[in-house]
Amino acid sequence: MTTLTVNGKATNVTAPDDTPLLWVLRDHVGLTGTKFGCGMALCGACTVHLEGSPVRSCQTPLSAAAGKKITTIEGVGATQAGKAVQVAWLKIGVPQCGYCQSGQIMSATALLQANPKPSDADIDQAMSGNICRCGTYTRIRTAIKSAAGMGDAS
Amino acid sequence: MNARHPMQALSDYISAGSPASASNKRSGTSRRRFLQAAPLTGLVLYVGIPGIGVAADEPKKYGGEGMPQGLRDSPKIFVSIAPDGMVSIVVNRSEMGQGVRTSIPKIVADELEADWKRVRVVQAPGDEARYGNQDTDGSRSTRHWFDPMRRCGASARVMLEQAAAARWKVPLDSVQARNHEVVHTPSGRKLGYGALALAAAKLEVPVPAAVKLKDPSQFRYIGKVDTFLTDGQAIATGKTWFGIDTRLPGMLYAVIARPPVLGGKLKTFDATEALKVPGVVKVFAMEGTPPPSEFQPIGGVVVVGKDTWAAIKGRSLLKIDWDDGAHASYNSIAFRSELEAAVLKPGGKEVRNEGDTYAALANAAKKIEANYYVPHFAHASMECPAATARIVNGACEIWACTQSPQAAHDRVAKRLDLAADKVTVNVTLLGGGFGRKSKADFVVEAALVSKEMGGQPVKLTWTREDDLHHDYFHTVCAQHLEAGLDANGKVTAWLHRTAEPTILSIFAPDPKALAPFELGLGLSGMPYAIPNIRIENPEATAHARIGWLRSVNNIQHAFAAQSFIAEIAQAQGKDHRDFLIELLGPDRLIDPTKISDSWNHGESPERYPINVGRLRKVIERVTQEAQWGRKMGTGQGLGLAAHYSFVTYVAAVVEVSVDPKGDIVIPRIDVAVDCGPTVNPDRVRSQIEGACVMGLSQAVVSEITFKNGRVEQDNFHQFEVVRMNLAPRKIVVHIMPSAYDVPLGGVGEPGVPVVAPALMNAIAAATGKRIRQLPLRAQLGSAI
Repeated sequence: MTTLTVNGKATNVTAPDDTPLLWVLRDHVGLTGTKFGCGMALCGACTVHLEGSPVRSCQTPLSAAAGKKITTIEGVGATQAGKAVQVAWLKIGVPQCGYCQSGQIMSATALLQANPKPSDADIDQAMSGNICRCGTYTRIRTAIKSAAGMGDAS
Repeated sequence: MNARHPMQALSDYISAGSPASASNKRSGTSRRRFLQAAPLTGLVLYVGIPGIGVAADEPKKYGGEGMPQGLRDSPKIFVSIAPDGMVSIVVNRSEMGQGVRTSIPKIVADELEADWKRVRVVQAPGDEARYGNQDTDGSRSTRHWFDPMRRCGASARVMLEQAAAARWKVPLDSVQARNHEVVHTPSGRKLGYGALALAAAKLEVPVPAAVKLKDPSQFRYIGKVDTFLTDGQAIATGKTWFGIDTRLPGMLYAVIARPPVLGGKLKTFDATEALKVPGVVKVFAMEGTPPPSEFQPIGGVVVVGKDTWAAIKGRSLLKIDWDDGAHASYNSIAFRSELEAAVLKPGGKEVRNEGDTYAALANAAKKIEANYYVPHFAHASMECPAATARIVNGACEIWACTQSPQAAHDRVAKRLDLAADKVTVNVTLLGGGFGRKSKADFVVEAALVSKEMGGQPVKLTWTREDDLHHDYFHTVCAQHLEAGLDANGKVTAWLHRTAEPTILSIFAPDPKALAPFELGLGLSGMPYAIPNIRIENPEATAHARIGWLRSVNNIQHAFAAQSFIAEIAQAQGKDHRDFLIELLGPDRLIDPTKISDSWNHGESPERYPINVGRLRKVIERVTQEAQWGRKMGTGQGLGLAAHYSFVTYVAAVVEVSVDPKGDIVIPRIDVAVDCGPTVNPDRVRSQIEGACVMGLSQAVVSEITFKNGRVEQDNFHQFEVVRMNLAPRKIVVHIMPSAYDVPLGGVGEPGVPVVAPALMNAIAAATGKRIRQLPLRAQLGSAI
């Protein structure tokens, strides 16, 4: 049995150590907000925060997450930056299908937590690991700036 | 475990007690209705394939009426009002990012005079006999359902007014519904919708003559700019329910190893190692349907586990021997040569012929020709196909991210040999669709796995590798174009020859020519004023499953035609915009059926002629907005393209900047779109923005290739798509103003086709280098 701390709550799971955190969260903990997109850390849909840093949960084995603080899309709104990002996402109307947006929001929140006033280059750097097939990138950029209090103009 | 019961979120989408509810408290009402109203016929099996299965002596129906099961407009189907006044509006189409779960309820709520804050959205399960056509593709949802949903909301409003007038014993014309209540105008008395709901529900739906639609000036939601999304809050907080998110008590998880080559079969497999993986429960073979397999599964080896990871890991340890069959020689490099040779030879099916093009070309003062190539693409929706099924007491219930729940329902019933009323398909949110998820193969797979597991609930997940290897791919295409010019540079002849495997190949053995519904996607209906036009379609064989991908054949047809027109202009030193408008000729209405487009997107040629003036106007608008003709710096250029598809007029200007290494940056794209009147302008914009990005992926980085019959790309490191760093820095969408008496056009797809040609025209302007094959990738590498 492994104990995980997810969104501030201790949770016990029984799964082999090599099980990716993604599937532990989705299939065992029942938190399906974290999405599967590629399984190879190529698309960012599965992004969660491990001790405050963004990681791809599809490439993070359960053993590496044990005992650490995990924040998922379901809990990120409790942080100041996470809440600001969520509010900006709705204000700008970012989501289309919404599937990748959990990962986008997690990456954007981590960016703003580390860098409250990101430049366009910073946004490119931090967000290019997250694929959106609906093509919401221009609005994501606008929403990140809005959440950073940098205005809505792109 | 998570405190939130997994089905709770699902019930946010699906009303409790409806046939879709997971609570098993099903009334079965809708399925009884289904049986009464729509005995299954062979016709249903061809849902969504235009022109197949329609008896010749039936009067031709168009638009939504022409779709299987047609339209419905009764509020008794779509609207219910609770005693507390909460209005529930049923959405019969699938949400995949286009915003249909917002726009359709907006239409109903507007005519109903409902307060949007007291509206909830209920997702319909697959039941076309009850809900009308549910096949969410072809850019048709708002286009077909705008009028019936207006009538639906207005009828409900009238019923509430009738109930109030009866309660007060006053004339009907003395009461008026306004913002969720009915007012007796002379006295100012008011009754809320909740108080009137029960009495109103007992009334007959008024006859159409008694239902007055709103004057568009009175619209409160339709056409208004806002960014509100029905599912926005749930998306932003991770509380959505997609096909991959279904969780049922005692559920198992499955993945399938499928034959890597079209028509391949399983010879033998060894599951010894797979079964040693902790959590793997069972491994078994699933029989597939040989080509043409339509929307049925292609078979393979199923691994069932206690979680998704156990199933994936178990599958990776299978030893499988496949019999690849006849398509094992499919090789994209060789096939490209085959297609290119085919389009260089005169002949093939005559698609359109006006004047004498060959003679005109022979006599032309100048002749220009060019060849274009567009590869296979994959849909690669961010959510791979996924479905969950269980079988209880001989009834199969499914939750799936399907664009076409009725099509899924019918195929499950057929493959599992179940009566129609023993299958329920519930629709979750779709994490992208783009046409892939109108195919039911993954839904049938889930049902088959559950059956093998004794009816236990099973969630079938496709991995990204599965998705890329077993897509219904965008076809592959070679095209050859020739133009003849007279001494004044006027185009006198246009020859367009295209070879591309047809979508018909998933329905019939070895067809080699395009169907009308493919020719009608940007090829046969070419609207330019040229006296001699000839379009030919040489044969091509499909060696992979081919399907509809957002904008479909328009992608290659617009790429070739819109690049070629720019090439003709450039060859003569003419301004591309001016030349394009000149080539369009005078404003006029063209009957598409008179220029060999018998299909016309299923729409009436009288109601939806090609309006050349509207195409001209989007070109003028977009070039004006993008400041066409402005001075550009070194390595910078503007490129233009215009295209009519899905009965919508679109023109785009792409601004490109090419650096000395041949890498590109796109500072801005302007798009002008005339789709008639709009319901939700913000979602029109977002669809066009998304189309720009998808079009750019195709233009710049995406390609699916085959070697030895197998797809060579496994995941996003090989099937590349546009990411933030390559995305346009700015996309500006200009929606052309339109009166509400103009018939609606499509929105989801028509933004895509203009992107690749506009980009390549911009690159030509910036560098002088003409790109005639997609994707761009490193083609500019050494040229700058």
